Amino acid sequence: MERIPILKMGEFLLVTIQVDMHDRLAVQLQDDLTQRVSDTGALGVLIDISSLEIVDSFIGRMIANIAAMARVLDAQTVVVGMQPAVAITLVELGLTLPGVRTALNVEKGMALLQRSVAIARDFATSILPSDRDAGAAD
Amino acid sequence: MTSVAEVSIARILKSYEGPVLDEWLRDQMAAFRQGGRISERELRSQSTEFLSLLQVAIQSGDVDVMSPSYGHVRDMLGDLSRSRAIQGYSPSETATFVLSLKRPVFVRLRQEFGNDAQALADASWSVTELLDQLALYTTEVYQKGREEMIARQQEELLELSTPVVKLWDGVLALPMIGTLDSARTQVVMESLLQRIVETGAEIAIIDITGVPTVDTLTAQHLLKTVTAARLMGADCIISGIRPQIAQTIVHLGVDLAGVSTKATLADAFRLALSKTGQSVNGSRAPRS
Amino acid sequence: MQVRRTETLELRSSADIVMARQTVRTWCIAVGFTLVDQTKMVTAASELARNTVDYGLGGTVQLEQLENGSRKGLRLSFEDAGPGISDVERALKDGYTSGRGLGLGLGGARRLVNEFEIASRVGEGTRVVITRWK
Repeated sequence: MERIPILKMGEFLLVTIQVDMHDRLAVQLQDDLTQRVSDTGALGVLIDISSLEIVDSFIGRMIANIAAMARVLDAQTVVVGMQPAVAITLVELGLTLPGVRTALNVEKGMALLQRSVAIARDFATSILPSDRDAGAAD
Repeated sequence: MTSVAEVSIARILKSYEGPVLDEWLRDQMAAFRQGGRISERELRSQSTEFLSLLQVAIQSGDVDVMSPSYGHVRDMLGDLSRSRAIQGYSPSETATFVLSLKRPVFVRLRQEFGNDAQALADASWSVTELLDQLALYTTEVYQKGREEMIARQQEELLELSTPVVKLWDGVLALPMIGTLDSARTQVVMESLLQRIVETGAEIAIIDITGVPTVDTLTAQHLLKTVTAARLMGADCIISGIRPQIAQTIVHLGVDLAGVSTKATLADAFRLALSKTGQSVNGSRAPRS
Repeated sequence: MQVRRTETLELRSSADIVMARQTVRTWCIAVGFTLVDQTKMVTAASELARNTVDYGLGGTVQLEQLENGSRKGLRLSFEDAGPGISDVERALKDGYTSGRGLGLGLGGARRLVNEFEIASRVGEGTRVVITRWK
């Protein structure tokens, strides 16, 4: 069965949606991504929709679901390349993409993911007790 | 129109076509005395054409000038009206073309029905009704012509007055000038979003210093644009909100939560630079 | 007002939804809609087609190219013989995610078009007609 390919780029996964997806394909993508994030321990998912001319509520929910699933698995999601006509239509539809960050293109999306991951790392290092502190006795 | 009247009018127009035309022309030229913008030859040709088309239409027996029988008459009057509009004539001047035909016709009707007051009254009334309707038609076409011209000019003005400019790397600015209406705002916003994609700019400053008032629809369009830009991965800053507009926005209950706003374009620019990790440093040599 | 041409498509499977999207897109281009208006119309069609397949248990969509004087338009009529919608008002208000997860998208679709009509009877089916003018 046809599937949308998922590429691994370092610590992130990249998905490029280029076809007019029918519902089953979209659901398959959700499942595949969940599996891959889990398998690889990826820290981020980049979804490139620059070829998508239509984003309806079903696709919108798919994207939101992917972001929610990724977050549970400790990964960030960034959607890139949304076309202006699509953005205008989504706003009119009243469709927001909760939990989804966006960027203009893949390059900026990657940079955004890297920044977020770095921030998350710093945060973790600063709040988790280090061995030094735990055993300090002076 | 009673058949007596219709036959008579048709007969008068036919038999006295020459004199009626001459008198009609004379009256029209008198009305244009001040202007003198239309040559007599042109006026004569238009008047002749109208008279012949009118005769054909009257013979159909139809009274309604909007019926198919008067199609050619309407077309001719439509063209006349539109060209007069473009030349800058007032609606009255254009309607006078038709209305001034009444007098020469009435003179001949009186000659025709001198002794029969009833028939004269009927025929006069029929002529009046007919020519009034046609004169009103010219006025309507005139109006539409002016409206179309205004719309065209508005479009040109729109293109001139809302360019999207690149202020800096990654920063676009859209200085808006004049009153924003719904259609215009939509078009402009769509082009802004398109420019964001084309240039990869992450910040767009929408400056409304030059906008005197904003209504609910326009405020909503602005908000929708900011939301759409955010969905695409860019941010908008709205600058130059005058106190009156600020009041209007609050009054209309439009929620600006989450939208960056700055009083001046300069402040917005400074904010945009800091957001994109850039800054402008002075390089003036220190005074000693 | 005239109907210049018309076509009816089956809506029984998700593949039909894709087909409907693509056909509506082609018709939008023929009418001469701007890109944004095309996107809005196709998106609205996608929402309503999905409703017809998922909730209406299958149905049809009739496409009509309209002409009103010099104005051109596109009208889509979605029809099914499914369970019908008991509370149309609420369905229109819910936006894209209804409380019961039906995701009717009716309210959203309405905002994307110029004219919107809906008629539904429980146990008999639903009919939604949307029109967009150039």
